[in-house]
Amino acid sequence: MADSTATPVHGPELLHHFSTAQQQRDAASLGMWLFLGTEIMFFGGMFLAYLIYRLLYFNEFAAGSRSLDIWLGTINTIVLICSSLTVALGVRAAQMGKRKLLVILLLLTLIFGLAFLGIKGVEWYAKYKEHHIPGMSFDAGDLIRDYPQIHIDPAHEQIYFSLYFAMTGLHALHMIIGVGMFTYLLYHSMKGRYGPEYYTPIEMGGLYWHFVDVVWIYLFPLLYLIDRKPLG
Amino acid sequence: MATAVITPERENYLNQEYGIKSWLLTVDHKRIALLYLVSITFFFFIGGFFALLIRLELLTPAGDLVQADTYNKLFTMHGQVMIFFFLIPSIPAVLGNFLVPLMIGAKDLAFPRLNLLSWYLYIIAGALMLHCICTGGVDTGWTFYTPFSTAFSNTKVVEAGVAIFIAGFSSILTGLNFVVTIHRMRAPGMTWDRLPLFIWAHYATSVIQLLGTPVLAITLLLVVFERVFHLGIFDPTRGGDPLLFQHLFWFYSHPAVYIMILPAMAVESEVIACFTRKRIFGYKFVAMSSIAIAVFGFLVWAHHMFVAGISLYSALIFSALSYLVAVPSAIKVFNWTATMYKGSITFTTPMLYAFGFIGLFTMGGLTGLFLAALGIDVHVTDTYFVIAHFHYIMVGGAVMGYLGGLHFWWPKISGRMYPEWLGKFAALIVFLGFNLTFFPQFILGYMGMPRRYWQYPPEFQVLNVLSTAGSTILAVGYVLPMVYFLWSMRYGKPATENPWNAAGLEWKTSSPPPTFNFDQPPVVDFEAYDYEHIPEVEEVPVG
Ligand SMILES: [Cu+2]
Repeated sequence: MADSTATPVHGPELLHHFSTAQQQRDAASLGMWLFLGTEIMFFGGMFLAYLIYRLLYFNEFAAGSRSLDIWLGTINTIVLICSSLTVALGVRAAQMGKRKLLVILLLLTLIFGLAFLGIKGVEWYAKYKEHHIPGMSFDAGDLIRDYPQIHIDPAHEQIYFSLYFAMTGLHALHMIIGVGMFTYLLYHSMKGRYGPEYYTPIEMGGLYWHFVDVVWIYLFPLLYLIDRKPLG
Repeated sequence: MATAVITPERENYLNQEYGIKSWLLTVDHKRIALLYLVSITFFFFIGGFFALLIRLELLTPAGDLVQADTYNKLFTMHGQVMIFFFLIPSIPAVLGNFLVPLMIGAKDLAFPRLNLLSWYLYIIAGALMLHCICTGGVDTGWTFYTPFSTAFSNTKVVEAGVAIFIAGFSSILTGLNFVVTIHRMRAPGMTWDRLPLFIWAHYATSVIQLLGTPVLAITLLLVVFERVFHLGIFDPTRGGDPLLFQHLFWFYSHPAVYIMILPAMAVESEVIACFTRKRIFGYKFVAMSSIAIAVFGFLVWAHHMFVAGISLYSALIFSALSYLVAVPSAIKVFNWTATMYKGSITFTTPMLYAFGFIGLFTMGGLTGLFLAALGIDVHVTDTYFVIAHFHYIMVGGAVMGYLGGLHFWWPKISGRMYPEWLGKFAALIVFLGFNLTFFPQFILGYMGMPRRYWQYPPEFQVLNVLSTAGSTILAVGYVLPMVYFLWSMRYGKPATENPWNAAGLEWKTSSPPPTFNFDQPPVVDFEAYDYEHIPEVEEVPVG
């Protein structure tokens, strides 16, 4: 809330309807947190579906989970955690006015983000080859052959892969939006727009990026690590 | 306009800039409110057109005007257009957009460009919905129940789903903008307990929009995926669970009722205080009851599923929780009536709508308790009793609130007075037409007439004829205000700064307000509804 009625000095980045830079930053920050709240509810619907079907069709979920490439999943998790680190350091660099460092860190973040999407694409392509994409001539025959110890219903297996693609797909969509956002931030950082007086966009982009990262931190164990112990 | 005005008008948000571009690219919350006003009025008349066709079909027991398939599409698109393209945005996006910054003494909403984006999202969604309507429409009912919507219906489910998905994001962004604005943009001295109750109710509404709408979004997205890729997640023949869909859908769609009714309550608090010249009785209780409604509203969704096959125990709990919502609603109604007690009441048009609101909302709310009761609900599920109940809430409540609010703030919005006697006349017609349309439906439903059929046994005809007759009267009541509002923009008496002699910051700036709302940044040193300290004026404002 504004605490002064005196005519404020409007810097170049202060929009007309705010009184102070602090007020503008607080508004942006609250807005971003609320947006992330809506995102939690958005993903929440899918997490609920996951919970119910995992309880109902555990065998199929475990078999589907085993068929995912655990190494690519792990590497992607590390890649994303690294990108969160570079984002956090980037915000710090902006606050301290180290413009060159900021550009380097944002560039690294972008590279990590694109690497994640690339690896994800490789994994999806493998699923395509294995006929594990729901609807498109889906076939769980390979899993039924691989795990004769457990009963696998192909329709229920398809539910696992539906959720797998819906969840990782929407996560990847958020990553793509994030990459777009960081390209914008990188462009303006190179023009020297952000510094100790004005770094709100970097901070907000960072919040968004961390959120997308955290979603993956949940998706990875839920989708890849359901039941990895050897079947007896 | 130049003919009607002799003295040069002072600069305001309407005459500051001219031309279509100055409207389509505006970031002024007041202009965006008007953009919304025009677009939702358009959809209101489309939805109303479907309603009239439905009522005409039901004039006779035989299915003679339209085929069963067409009838299915009519009630589906009536529901979808009215709910997602009229009621949900109505008061928040028009009156809320216009008034939230004015009432808290801000220059604009916190994110003006986001506000414009949300209007464009609404327009994109609306265009898609229109395209869907014109190229065949949908027949799933507004509820999109699976597996009918995902596996059987061969109408444009995907298109309607995507349209409502996009409209949902428009609604989320409006809610987000309001919450941030109310937190961060209040004028000096505008503390939380000085906020008008309009603001409190919009705050509660926005919280529901933020937490509920994304769940609808993901639900519709899953329906679209399921329909396009045949996933099976909602298909019982392939291990999917249609009840999961219903849970997700009603998790949003029950609270959505409060997205529609809370803003109407917001309007009534302002109107009743002004025309009884008193501070709202129990200000804090009324403020907190808005928050309570938002919270409780999220705990009762399964009362829409009592006969869908949920367990008896969960049905019992949801039934009991549903009664809980009645408490904050009753607090509001009792406190409004307590405000009127010994107040000096003026019977202006907005006040007539407020009286209508209180009566009809109470009817709708009390019949809601019938439906929350497990035993009665099983008896009247999917009958016209349910239809009558929620039209009492949404048309008798939300639309009455919207019209009342539009009349109350019209002088501020347009700078002109509407003709008061015509306003009162239209309000009366709306009230009579409404009751004639919907009261017979309570009886029809209790007698067992099911909803969503295009024909019915002949013994139900008398009541159906009454209902159809009422709907045509209601239509006249809705067309009238549109006509005289348009008329008043050119010929209406110019409005003063505060024609109702009302409290509140929005009345302390010119009508219509300047682009940045206030010439001097306001400082608030008075309580809300400070009517004791407002000097009475002799002349009663009559347009
Ligand atoms: Cu409900």
